Amino acid sequence: MTASPAFEFASLAEIASSVRSGQLSARAFLAQSLGAIRELEGDLHCFNEITTDKAMADADEVDRMVRSGLDPGPLAGVPVALKDNLCTAGIPTTCSSKILEGWLPPYDATVVSRLRAAGAVLVGKTNLDEFAMGSSTENSAFGPTRNPWDTGRVPGGSSGGSAAAVAAGIVPLSFGSDTGGSIRQPAALCGIVGVKPTYGVVSRYGLIAFASSLDQIGPFATTVADAALGLEVVAGHDPMDSTSLARPAPSLLASLTEGVSGLRIGLVEDFLVDGSECVDAVVAAGEALAAAGAKVDMVTIPELLLGLPAYYVIAPAEASSNLSRYDGVRYGLRVDGPDTETMNARTRGEGFGPEVKRRIMMGTYALSAGYYDAYYGQAQKARTLVIRAFEAAYRNFDVLLTPTTPSVAFPFGSKVDDPIEMYMCDLCSIPSSLAGHPAASVPFALSSEGLPVGVQVLAPALGEAVMMRVAASLEAGASREARGPVRP
Amino acid sequence: MTDYETVVGLEVHCELATATKLFCGCRNAFGDEPNTNICPVCLGLPGSLPVINKRAVELALRIGAALNCTPQRSIFHRKNYFYPDMPKDYQISQYDEPINVDGWLELPDGSRVGIERAHMEEDTGKTTHIGGGGRIHEAGYSLVDYNRAGVPLVEIVSRPDIRSGAQARAYVDELRSILVATGSSDGRMEEGSLRVDANVSVRPVGATALGTRCEVKNLNSLRSLERAIDYEVRRQIEVVESGGRVAQETRHFDEGDNSTHSMRSKEEANDYRYFPEPDLTPLVPVAELLAAAGEGVGPMPAARRRRLAELLAADSELATRRDGSTDQVVTVVELGLDDLVHGAVAAGADARLALARASNEAAANPEGARLLDPVAFANLLKMESAGRLSATQSKEVLAELIKKGGDPAQIASRLGYEQMDASVLASMLDEVIAANPQEWERYREGDEKVAQFLLGQVMKASKGRANGKLVAEAFAARRDT
Repeated sequence: MTASPAFEFASLAEIASSVRSGQLSARAFLAQSLGAIRELEGDLHCFNEITTDKAMADADEVDRMVRSGLDPGPLAGVPVALKDNLCTAGIPTTCSSKILEGWLPPYDATVVSRLRAAGAVLVGKTNLDEFAMGSSTENSAFGPTRNPWDTGRVPGGSSGGSAAAVAAGIVPLSFGSDTGGSIRQPAALCGIVGVKPTYGVVSRYGLIAFASSLDQIGPFATTVADAALGLEVVAGHDPMDSTSLARPAPSLLASLTEGVSGLRIGLVEDFLVDGSECVDAVVAAGEALAAAGAKVDMVTIPELLLGLPAYYVIAPAEASSNLSRYDGVRYGLRVDGPDTETMNARTRGEGFGPEVKRRIMMGTYALSAGYYDAYYGQAQKARTLVIRAFEAAYRNFDVLLTPTTPSVAFPFGSKVDDPIEMYMCDLCSIPSSLAGHPAASVPFALSSEGLPVGVQVLAPALGEAVMMRVAASLEAGASREARGPVRP
Repeated sequence: MTDYETVVGLEVHCELATATKLFCGCRNAFGDEPNTNICPVCLGLPGSLPVINKRAVELALRIGAALNCTPQRSIFHRKNYFYPDMPKDYQISQYDEPINVDGWLELPDGSRVGIERAHMEEDTGKTTHIGGGGRIHEAGYSLVDYNRAGVPLVEIVSRPDIRSGAQARAYVDELRSILVATGSSDGRMEEGSLRVDANVSVRPVGATALGTRCEVKNLNSLRSLERAIDYEVRRQIEVVESGGRVAQETRHFDEGDNSTHSMRSKEEANDYRYFPEPDLTPLVPVAELLAAAGEGVGPMPAARRRRLAELLAADSELATRRDGSTDQVVTVVELGLDDLVHGAVAAGADARLALARASNEAAANPEGARLLDPVAFANLLKMESAGRLSATQSKEVLAELIKKGGDPAQIASRLGYEQMDASVLASMLDEVIAANPQEWERYREGDEKVAQFLLGQVMKASKGRANGKLVAEAFAARRDT
């Protein structure tokens, strides 16, 4: 009997290789994960659903394959957690909304099938801001998730449950979705790595849509290498998603250690104005990369500041349409009424929380006859300006650095009454979402309050390989104390 | 009193004859058990995404080409409104960048109706209201069948070029024959695979501005279409004549009393909040798609009518309208017998006779006639032209030929229609002249009226086997020697 090592100190590759070789069992790693859930879930509330029985069966299947001489895949026996807006066949998928209560998807999202095919073991579905709308996971209908670094603070959002689960060492890998920063922002606030890939690199089939032209699925892990492996497994063309790029998954791991020598790196000045600890971290990151051989310069791209207002027109507009289908007719919540219209209205009135309603109303207004050009049309023009500004900047730089967030993890309730203040959390992450570009958040420093500070690496479309190389180099130069896992 | 002009534009929704739906692999079939041809995509389940059916795009382009449209780069939009039979509560449709624009359709009478656009969209499911006489507000409950949800549609929008209910009917009839002939749709109005809405307005003759239009729905047959337009025109003229103004609204045609009733006004209309569908990429009509769209598609009915008319004009002494608007030409093209006529003429048959036999006798059994060997058909017609068969005999042989095939000469012989031996005919003439000396004398003196009597006597003696034309010629020959 070999005691299972704490996977919080093992890489995904080490976990998978020990399972594939039969040295350790998938069941043992799962036990460690389920043990951590028992210990921490009460404090953190990372999960909407813990799939203990199915997970045990899946882990046993992985172990059986190994005993039969079959290879379960590159994530053999790796316990994973999935944001609860990814469809899982026969497992409740709620988007942390009352309106989807009781719904069992009849199918797996493409990402879920690929993870299963790679030997990963799903331990549960993680909490999020309702329909991925929020930056703190406080908008969940099932209560907030707490930050393992300080349970009085938010983990960020909307993928707060997935971020906190990795940050607390419950799972070594999880997945979230990022529409305007929903992977990167919680990764920064929880001191872990979070990657939003280029739009179209990961299939959206089975991801419950918030804003279809912006949504992308990506990994959370404690290290850049683990995040890269997680992304490699789920990426690549999917015929079920028309916006999926017709190309194979990017190869990221091979070039991770090539360093940054000769790379041109721009620090985006427009996001470095307020002198916070988040800004200091970017400046320090630039110095570290310069020391590692990169050519680091300041760059100003004022158009990126158009991103936030444009996003808060486009994303709600798409959401208002995407969320129409929750009408009480076919699945989820139904609140009866004397006629269909009343039933629709009552169902939606009781089923959706305030932030979702706010966005549906904003989006409906922005698309209305007579307002379309002034709002949606203008926002699309601003989006084009952001894309062109990035194009110009990438003629001179290989990657760009910004803070991931304007501030570190904030206490519960501190922003809930001021939606604009909450929306500002996404200021630095939104431009790459609008452009469809990849971006990653890497934990780099610890704030004076002992909270992690993330640095965001931006790259042009399909620039994942160089982005992850820079991220790995940053990780090497970062303070180890800034990185999870931590125990609350 | 002012004279009024009727102005009609039609919106025709046609279900495409694809094997599968527009955005998923579910079967596109009519009449299956409710909710058996469904999947996460056409049910609009959370997380599902549409993927375009390439065959549907090809058929849409095919319809566009048949309607003389220009294909163009197109995108899909979302048309947002709540309705239980629409799984996503928005319909994926095309809006201001449709796949086909600017075409025309030529009607059998030679008139042309402009086509503004022919765009792609998905069909909705079907709601059945149970109880309360089937009306939504009185129903006890409603059942929704999503088998039809996501079935590919092409919506063909005409310009307001139609001037009467009868012309509207001819337009839909012609459009339907094109859709069927190209294999794009089965064109069945009664099964809802072809659905028509009419935008109707009136204006004083000579006016150039359009009057206020009403959209008339529930037109389930060509007859309803014509009647609804005729009614609506009368109603609108009455409104205007009595000093009122026509209100822009949607009206429902009631088949029971042949009238239209207001459904909803312009103010009650939905704001559809169209915006580009982010889940789909633009469609570009690349050469490969256009080639697949055109594969196996022959010329359209208007061109076929013209070609047939030209053949007749060249071949016949009788004047023929070159636009192909004669009834016989229209019938032959509609029944798909024009190739038979062309083939027979190429094999030496008289064009006018071929057209007459094809549009009348062959039309009784068009399925069989389409399989008829044009050379055999030509041989039969040549026998008739040469006087070896009477018209009645020729028709009998043709019916037999269509039914069973074979050689027309052999069929004629089997039916006892063989040409009479010249000597037999001569002796019959001798007998008739001998038996009717007075009549023969009057005939010789130029009394043409008695010719029919003499001819009848020979026909009687031959039991109808003699060829009337030949007998008449034989009498004339004797008289003139």
